[in-house]
Amino acid sequence: MNALTLGHYLLVSGLLFSIGLAGVLLRRNLLIIFMGLELMLNAANLSLVAFARHGVTTLGLPDYNAQVLVFFIITVAAAEVAVGLAIIVALYRLRQTTHIEDLDKMKF
Amino acid sequence: MLTILFWVLSAVMLASAMLVVAFRNPVNSAMSLVLSFIALAGLFVTLDAFFIGIIQVLVYAGAVMVLFLFIIMLLDLKAEARRKLNLAALGGGLAVLGGFVALIVQVVKSLPASKEEFPALTRTGYSDVADVGTTLFSGYNLPFQVIGVLLLVATVGVVILSRRTLR
Repeated sequence: MNALTLGHYLLVSGLLFSIGLAGVLLRRNLLIIFMGLELMLNAANLSLVAFARHGVTTLGLPDYNAQVLVFFIITVAAAEVAVGLAIIVALYRLRQTTHIEDLDKMKF
Repeated sequence: MLTILFWVLSAVMLASAMLVVAFRNPVNSAMSLVLSFIALAGLFVTLDAFFIGIIQVLVYAGAVMVLFLFIIMLLDLKAEARRKLNLAALGGGLAVLGGFVALIVQVVKSLPASKEEFPALTRTGYSDVADVGTTLFSGYNLPFQVIGVLLLVATVGVVILSRRTLR
């Protein structure tokens, strides 16, 4: 078996992003769409960490700048999940549904 | 060893991510999302990012997924009834996805660095958490505090959004 390269991780990250995109494009349930968004955020994190491991600094350590960026992304994603789920709950109280085809008030 | 771990964890992560999209019951989707996040944390560890791996388990597999399951049970969602499939939308979505995957494969192939193996870490016995912390607090002090304010604003926003009188 060949040794691991940066390309392996980038490809896995790209596939994970595509699966998340599939969740957003193909599903009609707001919660599943939200989970697809989380998958896409995590795919970005995976490629960032792979680049951090690839760009070893002169000290012989991974590039921690990228890992700090991942830390920030995780924090923002956590805040985003909290606000997004609160909006979904408020929407559910008004309309009793999370199916996006029933939420067509702004549809032209 | 690391290679086997990479393939196993990637397979688990991608398979459970597909199940997230495929399951009709949101609780099942949330459970496979947990598995996907844990496998992703394992992938971070294979990249020597121990701190990020632990944070991934704590924040995503812990806090975020508890929130998701809590909301799913609060809303009392049943498995969604089968609706008439919109074939045009489904075909369009799959076409976009196919093009996107082809594009990603093309980009990764054409990137010269993607064929390079990971260079060895020459320093041993280092503390991952201490180094991430040093970078965070020396180089990114202002963004760190801004993110603290963001979390506060999000908390206040959630409280206001959850009020019953919201109209």
